[in-house]
Amino acid sequence: MIRFENVSKQYKSQHSPALRDVNVDIERGEFVFLVGPSGSGKTTFLRLCLKEDRPTSGNVWVAGKNVGKLSSWRVPQLRRQIGTVFQDFRLLPNKTVFENVAFALEVIGKPRGHIKTVVPEVLEMVGLEGKEKRFPHELSGGEQQRVAIARAFVNRPEILIADEPTGNLDPNTSIGIMKLLDRINRTGTTIVMATHDAQIVDQVRKRVVELADGIVVRDQDRGVYGYAH
Amino acid sequence: MRAQFVASEVWQGLRRNLTMTIALIITIAVSLALFGAGLLVRQQVSQMKGFWFDKVEVSIFLCTKNSQEASCSGPASEAEKQQIATDLEGMRPLVQDVYFETSQEAFNRFQEQFAGSPIADSATPEDLGESYRVKLADPDQYAVITSAFAGRPGIERVDDQKQVLDKLFRLLDGLQVISMGIAIAMLIVTVLLVGNTMRLAAYSRRRETGIMRLVGASKFYIQLPFLLESVIAAVIGAALAVGAIVAMKILLVDRFLEPSFQFTPFVGWETVWVVSAILLAIGILLAAFAAVVTLRRYLKV
Ligand SMILES: Nc1ncnc2c1ncn2[C@@H]1O[C@H](COP(=O)(O)OP(=O)(O)O)[C@@H](O)[C@H]1O
Ligand SMILES: [Mg+2]
Repeated sequence: MIRFENVSKQYKSQHSPALRDVNVDIERGEFVFLVGPSGSGKTTFLRLCLKEDRPTSGNVWVAGKNVGKLSSWRVPQLRRQIGTVFQDFRLLPNKTVFENVAFALEVIGKPRGHIKTVVPEVLEMVGLEGKEKRFPHELSGGEQQRVAIARAFVNRPEILIADEPTGNLDPNTSIGIMKLLDRINRTGTTIVMATHDAQIVDQVRKRVVELADGIVVRDQDRGVYGYAH
Repeated sequence: MRAQFVASEVWQGLRRNLTMTIALIITIAVSLALFGAGLLVRQQVSQMKGFWFDKVEVSIFLCTKNSQEASCSGPASEAEKQQIATDLEGMRPLVQDVYFETSQEAFNRFQEQFAGSPIADSATPEDLGESYRVKLADPDQYAVITSAFAGRPGIERVDDQKQVLDKLFRLLDGLQVISMGIAIAMLIVTVLLVGNTMRLAAYSRRRETGIMRLVGASKFYIQLPFLLESVIAAVIGAALAVGAIVAMKILLVDRFLEPSFQFTPFVGWETVWVVSAILLAIGILLAAFAAVVTLRRYLKV
């Protein structure tokens, strides 16, 4: 589903590369933790999957397409196949829960009738039924992240990318979010989640890809956060 | 494409930046109104040129018994008149029409022009003299006539009405250049203002556009609300500008100029509508152009 072939990324302003000769192969339906300290290249890895940036060398394959060779007008098509969730939720403060999720469908031109049926479905799935009319500031952090996950998942993408989705949440709330992501993964959606929350990684026991200074130092099935813990 | 959704985004966008939107509309209205006025004056001048140039003549005044000029020794002789008539005939097709005005006709015209004034009574037909009125196919070629006839025996002087009119038209042309210059400067200001407004709008909505990008909205869909906002401002501005030139036509031309200068034709409503359409088109094109160029830079996709 996602394949990195000898991928390196050098930002112009930086001395050392953010990613160095990365080779990772993620199968359809996998759940992969991307771990490593701050600045190790996790976000860069995810941005390359979305073609938010292009690799300095090497190839990135997503859903069978070489992302580097994708012409710019096809990038939106790629992004419709990938749901994204961030640490800071990125909800629109002046839109309700329902409108925030519906927005993702409206801007890709989905018909009204479709939106009216699928948005309540996905809100129920993430556990937000009855809160459709609330505004983001009327929700807890965990609930806001559920809205963001609903928005990322409402178009049923093949891949869900989450960049430190529990970074702003307390441990209990984080576990709830993890369970939700796990349920989404069981529908067949491939999930790549960057995190440095050792507790979660150790508890869930999924594949772990560890980055350090842009190098893949470990790629382990059913791994823990780090040997040192 | 979800029209209703786009419409509500556009409406919110216009309201959120209300002061900028108003500034934009006023700038567009003023610059287009100036530009429209320039176009109307231009049309007026070319209409007047057509009207007057059609009527201008070169007059060859023959010597009278009172003439002091070196080329005159008493009234022009029959032979001299005959020679002038033959030469003018030979200058066709430049010479379109020749009309011989007798002293009596000149006198009648003079009396008509100065009716009621004491000058009218003081003149006699002999004082006014005879003349050839020559109409040229191309009024700009009058120098040919002047060089052929000025100073010839029996000819007092050669007068060209076009020279007088040219002075007037040069003045009008100058005014028109100035008004067009101001209008073009204003249109440049408009383009810059549209660009700046779009930049601010793109910045204030970077959250929305960021999410749109992320969920795979097309470039067209992301830019459309911004584009529509600037085009709507342009349409409103152009409508105000059209209102201004319609007011100009009614208040200045129809109520004031036309009754005061009845012998001159003025721009008609067809011209006003054509100029209105041009203003609308220019307003929309400039706003769309400025928006697209700015959004290309500030809304990465
Ligand atoms: N847009 C950027 N421009 C320049 N340098 C960047 C940019 N994004 C990240 N970096 C640098 O690349 C390295 C990896 O960053 P990042 O991928 O954000 O790591 P992580 O998400 O693991 O914290 C860091 O040294 C960071 O400073
Ligand atoms: Mg990061």
